[in-house]
Parts: sequence; C-alpha cells; structure tokens
Amino acid sequence: MKRLILALALFSVPLLANSPLPSAPYAYVQLENPSKEAEAQALMQSIRCLQCQGQSIADSDAQIAGDLRNQIRLRIKQGEEPEAIRAWLIERYGDYVSYAPRINSRTWPLFAAPVLLLGFAAFMLRRRFGKGEA
Amino acid sequence: MIATLGLAALWLAAALALLQLLGGALALRAKGNPLVAALRPVAMIQGMLASLAMICLIVLFCQTDLSVALVATNSHSAKPLLYKFAGSWGNHEGSMLLWVAVMAAAGGVVAWVERRLPERTILATLGAQAFVSLGFYAFLLFASNPFTRLDPAAPEGQGLNPLLQDPGLAFHPPTLYIGYVGLSVAFSFAVGALLTREVSPTFARAMRPWVLGAWIFLTLGILFGSYWAYYELGWGGWWFWDPVENASLMPWLAATALLHSVSVLAARNALRAWTVMLGVVAFSMSMVGTFLVRSGILVSVHAFAVDPTRGQFILALLAINIGAALAVFGLRAASVTEGERFTLTSREGALVFNNVMLTGALGIVLIGTLYPLIAETVGARVSVGPPYFNPATAIFVLPMLVVMAIGPLLRWRRDSMKRISPLLLVPALLALCGLAFGISRGIGVLPLLGVALASGLVVASVTPLWGRKLRTVKLPLWGMVTAHLGVALALGGMASDSAFTKEKLVAARPGDTIAVGPWSLTFTKVKPIAGSNWTAIEATLEAGYDGGKPITLKPQARAFWSPPQGTNESALATRWNGQLYAVLGEQAEDGRWQLRLWWKPFVTLIWLGGMLVALGGLLALFGRVASDLRRLIAVDKIAYRRRRQGP
Repeated sequence: MKRLILALALFSVPLLANSPLPSAPYAYVQLENPSKEAEAQALMQSIRCLQCQGQSIADSDAQIAGDLRNQIRLRIKQGEEPEAIRAWLIERYGDYVSYAPRINSRTWPLFAAPVLLLGFAAFMLRRRFGKGEA
Repeated sequence: MIATLGLAALWLAAALALLQLLGGALALRAKGNPLVAALRPVAMIQGMLASLAMICLIVLFCQTDLSVALVATNSHSAKPLLYKFAGSWGNHEGSMLLWVAVMAAAGGVVAWVERRLPERTILATLGAQAFVSLGFYAFLLFASNPFTRLDPAAPEGQGLNPLLQDPGLAFHPPTLYIGYVGLSVAFSFAVGALLTREVSPTFARAMRPWVLGAWIFLTLGILFGSYWAYYELGWGGWWFWDPVENASLMPWLAATALLHSVSVLAARNALRAWTVMLGVVAFSMSMVGTFLVRSGILVSVHAFAVDPTRGQFILALLAINIGAALAVFGLRAASVTEGERFTLTSREGALVFNNVMLTGALGIVLIGTLYPLIAETVGARVSVGPPYFNPATAIFVLPMLVVMAIGPLLRWRRDSMKRISPLLLVPALLALCGLAFGISRGIGVLPLLGVALASGLVVASVTPLWGRKLRTVKLPLWGMVTAHLGVALALGGMASDSAFTKEKLVAARPGDTIAVGPWSLTFTKVKPIAGSNWTAIEATLEAGYDGGKPITLKPQARAFWSPPQGTNESALATRWNGQLYAVLGEQAEDGRWQLRLWWKPFVTLIWLGGMLVALGGLLALFGRVASDLRRLIAVDKIAYRRRRQGP
C-alpha cells in the first residue's frame, strides 16, 4: 500500500507540473529590480519544494513551487525582508520547508558538529605536532 | 533459460565465496591446508561466475524477456537499445547485482595478480573480501533476486523512468559502483594487513593502485552525475546537496584522504594506523552511500527504488561489516605503531593537515545528511541544505586548499617555510588580485574566497614543476600537478557560476528577441516532434554572442507515455568562457511560451577541472603500475637466471 501511494505520488508530480492551470504571475517571471530579484532568488534556493523529491522551489516545475515563487517575489517586491518571509513559510509549512535549519532544541547538534569537528581537528594536529617539534 | 543460468551462476558464486571465507580463516592458522592452496583459483572463478550472472541479466534486458519480473517492471519493448542495456542496472536488483559482480571480479583480479605481499596477508585479504561479498550475495538471493520469473509472462513492460533515459545513465551508476567497490578492495587489504600485522610500505604500494582506481571512478561518477543533473533537471543547478549526491561525495572525500595517506605510508613508512583506519572508513562510506540510495529511506530525486525491508537488510550488513572491521582494528591497532616521525612543516605534515581537514568535511556532510533522518525518528522534520552545507564544509575545505598550495613544495620529514616562501610569491599576488576583483564586483563571501583561492592555486598547483627538467619528471608528479590544477579550475568554475550567472525568465512569442548577459536570442519558431517513446514541443532559438554569428539552440519539452511523465530537455551553447543554457517551459493562456535562459560564465570549468582531477589520478596510476611492472619483470629475470645457473 505504501508503495502504491509512493508510486502514485511519483507519477502525480509531473502530471501536475503539466496541468493546464495557468501559473501565477511571478512563478516564471523575474522581478524588475535586479537586487530585489537576487534577494528573492537566494531565498527561493533555500526553500524546499514540498511536492518534489529533494529539490528547492527554485529548481522545480511543480505547481506548488511556482505558487511559492510567486508569493516570495510578490512579498519581496512589497519590501518584506527575506528572513521574515522564511519565518512566515516555516509557520505555515513547518521547519521542513526551509533548507537553512534554525538553531533550536532539536537542531543544535547540527551546529555543534562543526565546532566539535574543529576541536577534534585541532586535537589531532596538536597531538601529532604539539610537543614543540614544529 | 538465460535467467536460470544467471541464477545458477549467482548461487555457485555465493557458494565459492563461502569457501573463500573459510579458506581465508584457515590461512591465518594452519599451513598446507588444501583449501588454502585453492584460495586464489576459487576467488578467480567466483569473479567469473558473478560476472556471468550480470551478463545474463544484461542479455535478458536487451532481449526484453518479459517472463523475468525485473525486466517487465523496468523495461519496455519500444525503448531504445542503449536504455534497455543500461536499464539492466537502472533498478534496485540490477544495481545490486552489478555491485556484487564488480566486487567479485575485483577480488578475482587481486587473487590473480597480487604477488608482492606475504601470502598469508593476501589470503586474509581474500577472506575479508569474501566476508563482505557473502552479505551481498545473501541480500541478492534472499531479498532482491533479479532473476525472479513471471508466469505467465507480462504482455508488455512498464518502462523506465524518463529521467533515467539519457546517455548519462549508461555511465553514471556503473562508474560510481566501480568506485564504491574498488574501495571494498582497499578495505579488504586493510583488514588483511591488520589480521596478519603486516602494515608496511609494501602493503601501501599493493593497496595504492586500488585506491587510485576507485578514486578515479568515483571522481568520474560524481562528475557524470553532476553534469547529468545540470542539463537534465532543467534549472541550471549542478549540485543540490541532495542526500544521494552526498552519498557519492562521502566515499570520495574519504578516498581522497586515503589516497594521500597511503602515499605517506608507501614513501615514508609513517601514518600506519591512520591509513588502515581510513581504509575502513572509506568503504564504510560506500556502504552508507549504498544504504542511503538503495533503502529508499530518503525522499529525493534519486530514490527510484523504494522498499524499507531491504533497507533493514543493508543496514544490518553495514553494521556487521563496519562493526567487524572496527573490532579487528580495536584489537590490533595497539600493535600497529604510527611509524616514522616528522615535523609540521614537512610534506607529511601538510598531508596530515589535508587528511584531518578532509575528515572534518566528511564529518559535516555525514552529519548534515543523516541528521534529518535521525530527527525524523523523534518526530521532528528538518531540512538541511545549501545554507548549512556550503559554509560548514568551507570551514574545512578552504584552509585545506591553502595548504594544497604549500604542501607539494615541502620536503619530506623536515623543511622550513623560509625556503619555499619565494615560490609562493606569485600565487599570493594572484590571490590578492582575485580578491580585489571579487570585491570590486561586490560578490558574496564564499564565491569571493573561491575566486581568490582559485586564482592563486592555478599557479601554485604547477609550481612543483618549477626548476625541474620536464622530460625527467615522473608520471606520479605530473598526476599530482594535473589533479591539483583541476581542483583550482573546478573551484574557479563553482565560484564564477554562483557569483556571475545571469538569469532571464520570460514569456515570449516566436519573433521576440531576448537579451541575457552578452547574448541576444531570437525566438524563431516552435514545432512538435516525436521520438521512439515520446513526443515533444521543440523551440528554435538563434543565439548570438556579443553581436557575433548566431548559433541555433533547440530546447524541447518532452512528454513520455510509458510511464507518463514530462521532462525538459535543455539546450546548451558552450563557449570557451561559459555556457548559455536554454529551457522551454509551458505555454501560457495568451499563447506565449515560457523560456528560461541562463548565461553561466566559466561554469564548464567545474567539469573540465573535475576531468583534470580524474586525469591526474590516471597519470599517477599509470606511473605506479608501470614501475610495479618493471620491478616484477626485474625480479622474474633474476629468478630465471638463478634457475639456469642452478646446481
């Protein structure tokens, strides 16, 4: 059953992508202001397309990705800050929608990892070379 | 008939692997056991039988034998022959069979050619190889038999995912698999050497060609995969930090570290325990990669094979193999000394820095890839993507690249920065120029550092040739220089793509003219066309660079009917200084067509640099194998003369 649902999900994505519904105005159109567009682009590349498999909304033909691109461009155009839009998206769809994890009680190990690894690297190098030999 | 033959060959190969494992275990104890004497032929025949099973599967796919369940679910009689052929490994069972076949064949080659190491070590190595293979044979025969029959035969096959119907498929999975599996040989060597306490420069020289070979294939596999995603997905991205991409990057990072530490062991008899550890880690990463891809645990672009029970099987294999290897390591590591000492400012010192930093980057990729899976088990859904991976890996990779400029200039054992600093003057100046240029164009921090480092590294990477007679430079040194230059170019390409890409998204009618970067494109027409299993709308674009003679681009929007799915076939115009990337989207209500256009300056350097990296590996491999052969021939000659002069 699980497999069937997954198979259906796999097939439905591309069909929806080719559905005859008109796409939202800013789904496939850039903002006129290049610096605003760059802001929108950077944000879109870090928002997950919830219907696709492992793609950002900046890399997807799915309907929902187009809708979100439209939303983001419109909000950026109206002068909203990218991080405010990200917060709004997270509120609406959950942490899963953002490729940029926020630091909180559930994600701290992600941010502790580089620090620990750097400490480990320093330890390894020190153990090897630390005795005044270098 | 052919399916039965394939299945029989697979069972026989599995039986021989069991025999090989027993023989390897006996070799550690008794001398003169007949099974021990037969170990090499057993390994060779096992390799042939597993290869035969793979060939049988390929024949079944080429003939579209619909009485075989795997062919019926993954192939279609109307599919072009190339994709029938490549489709044999474009699915779960076939890809696992390919894995086992390559692994058994590699074991056979080791049994056939490797004569330098003490016999006990080789036999223990073959035993370790058999131990790993047996798990995979069990997996194939009990949980994913590729030769399962259908009765009655299916009237028609269900086809292959259109995204996979691309020449890239013919090369991408097998190259990656050969790389993964080559690391299994390095792993077996490491375990064999640990068991017999023979971690020596000879061991490093025996293992090195396998590490180099595996690394070349992994490099090529990642390159194919990245270029394939780049032109097939139709949005101009070439790396997504998708878990499946990470699954191929992790073994590559480990293999890169291993490659460098094995050179230290071969040349200087140092870093012994560390090299063995990396051998274990590298193959563990291959297994982690296989688990991630094959278990269907990930929801990603690549997860075409989905079945959680299989995932548990691979997870168990992963735990058994890594656990056993770590246990052996733990028991024996104390008896493996680190070997010769050296100072930080020495070739070895730089290589240790490289190793530690590569391991750090590997740690980041591993944690970033697995964390969402771990979080999901406690009910939290998080995504980890480029905003995390880019800066976190840069912390380790950028300092490592700085040392990559310096390390090759240092002498073994002990050296001083004072001696080599004049050589670093030009690269340092170039890096500053790159930095100034980047700042003047106002690009982001990471691309800026990338541009600066790449500018310096282009010269620094060839500086080791300075002052040498080029004709007397040995192949491995050429290899190193070529590979490092490739890294510099690829880094430059990545930085340039992320900093200077120009994007244009428009809705256009035939007759419209669109400008993107220095290009001017005229949209001349759209027309419908048909292929053997798809139909498409094709646009014609006349693209002129900076007012020059126009080139014709024909992007297509394709619709496949079995299975029903659409793909965007991008059209690319390549110049020496970059690529123009054009995609045809859907038609709007008012009759205009969506066009997506990108001008990507120097993006091609990413793959050109990557190819140079692989070429560098190939040069080093040739150099090493050639000198090994010379040594073997010399030894043979001496033995022959002795025999003739004999008593």
